[in-house]
Amino acid sequence: MAIVKVLGLETEYGIIIRGSADPNPIAASSALINAYVAELARRVAWDFEDESPGRDARGFAREGSMPPEVETHLVNAVLTNGARYYVDHAHPEYSTPECANAMDAVRFDKAGERILARSVIAAGRFLPPGHSMVVLKNNSDGKGNSYGTHENYLMDRSVPFSRIVQRVIPHFVSRQVFTGAGKVGSEASSTLGMDVTFQLTQRADFFEEEVGLETTLKRPIVNTRDEPHCDAQKYRRLHVIVGDANLSEISSFLKVGTTALVLSMIEDDWFARAGRGDFTLADPVIAMRRVSYDLSLTRPLELADGRRMTALEMQWEHLDLARKYAEDRGLDSVGGEEIGRDILHRWEHALGALESDPMSLATTLDWVAKYRVINGYRERHGLSWRDPKLAAMDLQYHDVRPEKSLYERLGIERLLTEESVLAAMTEPPTTTRAYFRGKCLERWGSQVAAANWDSLVFDLGTDPLRRVPMMEPLRGTAAHVDALLRDCHSPAELLARLGT
Amino acid sequence: MAEREQIKKTATARTETQTEEAAPASTEKGDKLKAELDELLDEIDEVLDENAEEFVRAYVQKGGQ
Repeated sequence: MAIVKVLGLETEYGIIIRGSADPNPIAASSALINAYVAELARRVAWDFEDESPGRDARGFAREGSMPPEVETHLVNAVLTNGARYYVDHAHPEYSTPECANAMDAVRFDKAGERILARSVIAAGRFLPPGHSMVVLKNNSDGKGNSYGTHENYLMDRSVPFSRIVQRVIPHFVSRQVFTGAGKVGSEASSTLGMDVTFQLTQRADFFEEEVGLETTLKRPIVNTRDEPHCDAQKYRRLHVIVGDANLSEISSFLKVGTTALVLSMIEDDWFARAGRGDFTLADPVIAMRRVSYDLSLTRPLELADGRRMTALEMQWEHLDLARKYAEDRGLDSVGGEEIGRDILHRWEHALGALESDPMSLATTLDWVAKYRVINGYRERHGLSWRDPKLAAMDLQYHDVRPEKSLYERLGIERLLTEESVLAAMTEPPTTTRAYFRGKCLERWGSQVAAANWDSLVFDLGTDPLRRVPMMEPLRGTAAHVDALLRDCHSPAELLARLGT
Repeated sequence: MAEREQIKKTATARTETQTEEAAPASTEKGDKLKAELDELLDEIDEVLDENAEEFVRAYVQKGGQ
């Protein structure tokens, strides 16, 4: 039986300081995160009610402002929600805590957007007058430079990696019809002879290999990084780098929900059992772009066996197999009946609408919402697709500041209450080991010397450092440790009780 | 929206709800969507960045994964 698809999302955000002659992205990223962490340390209330959404970050710069004495060393913070917030390469990156289902993953990813927005305000206080920080949740600068949004899924180590590669590539290529965040133009060296004015995804332009270890050059559709952050004998962490950063909660939910389901099916070898589950593409790298460039959603892809199939048809086939899988094997591996049914239902709805009237999803999916507003603006003002105003709108769709974000203006349907998202900024998920990490940090943060995905290291002041291993992603949940944590009044007591 | 007109139905097995949803949007519905978009575009003019060209030129992001 497929194991529970514990999952998480990591997002590298774009960052720039406007008004600065020498914008150093590493220093800016460090300042951003440090400002947030410093604010947490001062226990400033971070109720969003206190903010004025119409106010520019520059409005918070103090008169004759303080010299910028923010620390700019590379930061690596672990938050009480169990997430990691750090500088990776030249970007601020937020990794959600481990989540036990797609809805939680969307929630903690959305909480990350709020954390970044809060950080921009905090960092703005230290910027010289005339400077402002812009942080975007997207994946490309429009000039050929990309930065990633990675998904991670827990898989059974015993599943042959070759099977994962074979079965998951068609899903990665065809799921773009609902996962795409949309982009004006193309940054690829070849657009396959097509005139690309707008495409479905941010990322398709950047994939050059089918399988490989790289993430910054020659990016592969299936990444082979093997770093499970848990018991390596039992588990694999599938590190997925083909996806876009989504603002739409439904796009995001479909991205991780359908993929968790497809990976469960791969674990149970469902495609082979079904006897008609071979969608191996003749050229997956070309197909990535072909799907992303085809706004009509009607161009067929060539399969290795000579058949031709559109991305939508391929997705219908996946959905059909998934439905039968759910009937036969149940939905426990994707978080249970309720969430599993929700994935299937929304998947079907999205495919049906994409087929009959994609624009009916203008308040549902990212790429449709972005296309509708940018194309509408273009038509109203008689602009060319190459007009920088449209490129600017594309970027502004992803601005984390609510008062600047175009996404926020488009009335896009939500899955989560804002209250639950704000709570997820500080409260960990209750159903994975992130709960233990988050709660220990909340209660005894000053005595935690290091927090990693698979361990916590305590410094009790006297003994050598004490490590608590957390090799099982589904242990350390609220159900497991709440009573224990309530009974313990110090980390020393906790360690004694744990017998470490 | 030329892309919309190009959409062709594909023949794959569906559940009944899909068949219903596949019905083309009525003109009335189309007009309503158009009005909504117009309203949206009026509002959006207010939040669009004034220095679009400068921002697009300056926004360079190296060193990503």
